[in-house]
Amino acid sequence: MSFLDYAPAPESTSILNLRSEYGLFIDGDFVDGHGTPFDTISPATEKTIARIATADAHDVDLAVAAARRAYDRTWSRLSGADRGKYLFRIARLVQERSRELAVAESLDNGKPIKETRDVDVPLVAAWFFYYAGWADKLDHAGLGANPRSLGVAAQVIPWNFPLLMLAWKIAPALAAGNTVVLKSAESTPLTALLFAEILQQAELPDGVVNILSGAGDTGATLVNHADVDKVAFTGSTSVGRAIARSVAGTQKKLTLELGGKGANIVFDDAPIDQAIEGIISGIYFNQGQVCCAGSRLLVQENVHDEVVDRLKARLSTLRVGDPLDKNTDVGAINSAAQLKRITELSDIGEQEGAERWSPECNLPEKGFWFAPTIFTNVSTSHRIARDEIFGPVLSVLTFRTPAEAITKANNTPYGLSAGIWSDKGSRVLAVADRLRAGVIWANTFNRFDPSSPFGGYKESGFGREGGRHGLAAYLAPAARQAPGAVPVYESVIDAPAAPAGPEPLPPAEPAIPSLAEAPAIDATATSSSASATDATTAAEGNVR
Amino acid sequence: MSRLAIPKTYKLYIGGKFPRSESGRVYEVTTKEGAFVANAAKASRKDARDAVVAARAALSGWSGATGYNRGQVLYRIAELLEGRRAQFIDEIATTEGVTRTAAEAQVDEAIDRWVWYAGWADKYAQVAGSGNPVAGPYFNISVPEPTGVVAVVAPQAEGSLLGFVSAVAPALVAGNTVVVIASERYPLSAVSLSEVLATSDVPGGVINILTGSPAEIAPWLASHADVNALDLLGAGELDWVDLQIAAAETLKRVSPPENGPDAGAPRLERITAFTETKTVWHTKGLL
Repeated sequence: MSFLDYAPAPESTSILNLRSEYGLFIDGDFVDGHGTPFDTISPATEKTIARIATADAHDVDLAVAAARRAYDRTWSRLSGADRGKYLFRIARLVQERSRELAVAESLDNGKPIKETRDVDVPLVAAWFFYYAGWADKLDHAGLGANPRSLGVAAQVIPWNFPLLMLAWKIAPALAAGNTVVLKSAESTPLTALLFAEILQQAELPDGVVNILSGAGDTGATLVNHADVDKVAFTGSTSVGRAIARSVAGTQKKLTLELGGKGANIVFDDAPIDQAIEGIISGIYFNQGQVCCAGSRLLVQENVHDEVVDRLKARLSTLRVGDPLDKNTDVGAINSAAQLKRITELSDIGEQEGAERWSPECNLPEKGFWFAPTIFTNVSTSHRIARDEIFGPVLSVLTFRTPAEAITKANNTPYGLSAGIWSDKGSRVLAVADRLRAGVIWANTFNRFDPSSPFGGYKESGFGREGGRHGLAAYLAPAARQAPGAVPVYESVIDAPAAPAGPEPLPPAEPAIPSLAEAPAIDATATSSSASATDATTAAEGNVR
Repeated sequence: MSRLAIPKTYKLYIGGKFPRSESGRVYEVTTKEGAFVANAAKASRKDARDAVVAARAALSGWSGATGYNRGQVLYRIAELLEGRRAQFIDEIATTEGVTRTAAEAQVDEAIDRWVWYAGWADKYAQVAGSGNPVAGPYFNISVPEPTGVVAVVAPQAEGSLLGFVSAVAPALVAGNTVVVIASERYPLSAVSLSEVLATSDVPGGVINILTGSPAEIAPWLASHADVNALDLLGAGELDWVDLQIAAAETLKRVSPPENGPDAGAPRLERITAFTETKTVWHTKGLL
């Protein structure tokens, strides 16, 4: 009997008080959707958790109208201090119900309870607490005095961190004075609906936050809605591209947080024990279904064998299995479609000549599972070194000089994250300077904090979430006065409902595709480098 | 007997050199009344692509220079502009058909605006960056960095020098390199500015200037995969929504057209529009 054999220690689901059916959350109430409802399942067991309403175009209209009303009549007239108080309430309610939220998230998403309990849900509370304090301090957000909110924000989030991505989107939007229509991911709608209950407990004014469930077409309808002022999307680069096209020519302000192929660079003077742990958490955290995952390991050639051997040894001690078990390190893959993608890309890795290795592990029969995998002998031209796999698959490449490491790290259209492992401070800083990525972790990996801006370079998207920068994504500078003119806006409260941009654009020929042609938008965070897939996904109405 | 003047050949400015358009094409620049002033090079798709190559090649040097250094190099341009003031005033008065006083005012404002931007080079990162108080033992800092190669459609109307400066200076301050499509109708001050640049300390390729038809060239730049951002400041008369759609293919950062007297007004946001925020975490461990 090895030390890996242990008695199961599952977290009880008795803390949950789930309903068998959930509606849409519009204007403060749960209402029936007009689309065809769907079942949300546990990816670990494939058992149905609840039946979820689907929002169609009519429901999107209702939600946007509710958000607009709430913006005009309530939220934009509230003082920053009062907006902040609501956000503080939400933060506290999340903390109070944290165990319940963690269990629900692990159930619906498949990620280990260890992560939802210790990372996802605590960060959700932290995010609301952080932005709560900003609500009455917007003059210091970096846009000058009296910055304006934008209006109604359309937000579409992915399935990999369902509740955390909701918090990243809603907290800064509300602090800045916007109202929200958020669409959760099709495979993980549950915690957003529990969050809606929290909003009711917080007595947030009706319509300030509206939560819709549905697939990619619901998301497309939402971001293309004419009465939306801000679009924030986290998901795949191909869908991000489609959104960037569809908002072209409109005045919608856009934030995109898209795919990545993060390089984790290990120099020969790295603190090796910490580096091994960092590499593991960099790619196996959340089953590797993380846009900023360190999916390309770049190891200095002279320590390659040592690092790979130790990685394999460490990987053999990871416990794969029941997400609700407190001992589990690696949980279930979120969906059958995602499992298929991971499987396909891994097979291609083998076909292209890379060496595949996984520890022996007994995967459950039901559910979606993939053993943690390492590929060695990977070259930069391999698909597994270029495409975002979005699974527990690490590609190991080597380098000899820092310059080569930097070149290889930057050799990708993505630019979201990177890691550097070295005990030499001057080298860490020099390399960090030259990496084209929005978040760089030196001698650590996959750290998140509400005060720390997060977001990509290049095709990993634009705009930042977190920190002062994340707040600015939901604000515009005060309207500039024409010389000698009376100020147009005395205060935010008097501003017209549909705020004019600081620079009125010429009447554009809006190139908004009709709904039928609109790209399917679902916040799957997987991505394909082939933009040709856009057409197919649009036709299928779902990007998965 | 008056001396016979020597007219200037107006050419493109790519990679620090003055080529004619590879297409061999030119077009007439005229006074308001339609009298011939000069032939300007009519840049082609190939010229635009050459300019992107030059801009990419110049990027690491320019973006890697210290802010203090970039600030001095940019300030030096203002010094040289001041020395050539009369030439710019003549060209503007001739082609834009404005009074000398108006031309003088435009040139002065352009030079002053250039100086205003030059002063930001070693400051914008301090104002736009932040030290982040994360809840853990980590050093955490966010700094803005240049986006990369920026394609710019300069303002097309009268006020050609001021418009050009308003479009180009903020992108350069942050350390971007640029490919600029000058005003089609009033290209002379842009070309003369390129002669200033060539004798300044700006490395070749940092600023590349194309004259010709924005409607023809801009689509190639908007869809070019090695261009990181698109400034449509002067593209109001073009089919700029199509340009923005083309730019979405590689998720370029796009700044929309501006119109009216305030178009391109100097402000920090024009600098930060073409920057990327990089956040660096480092573990704080015990010694």
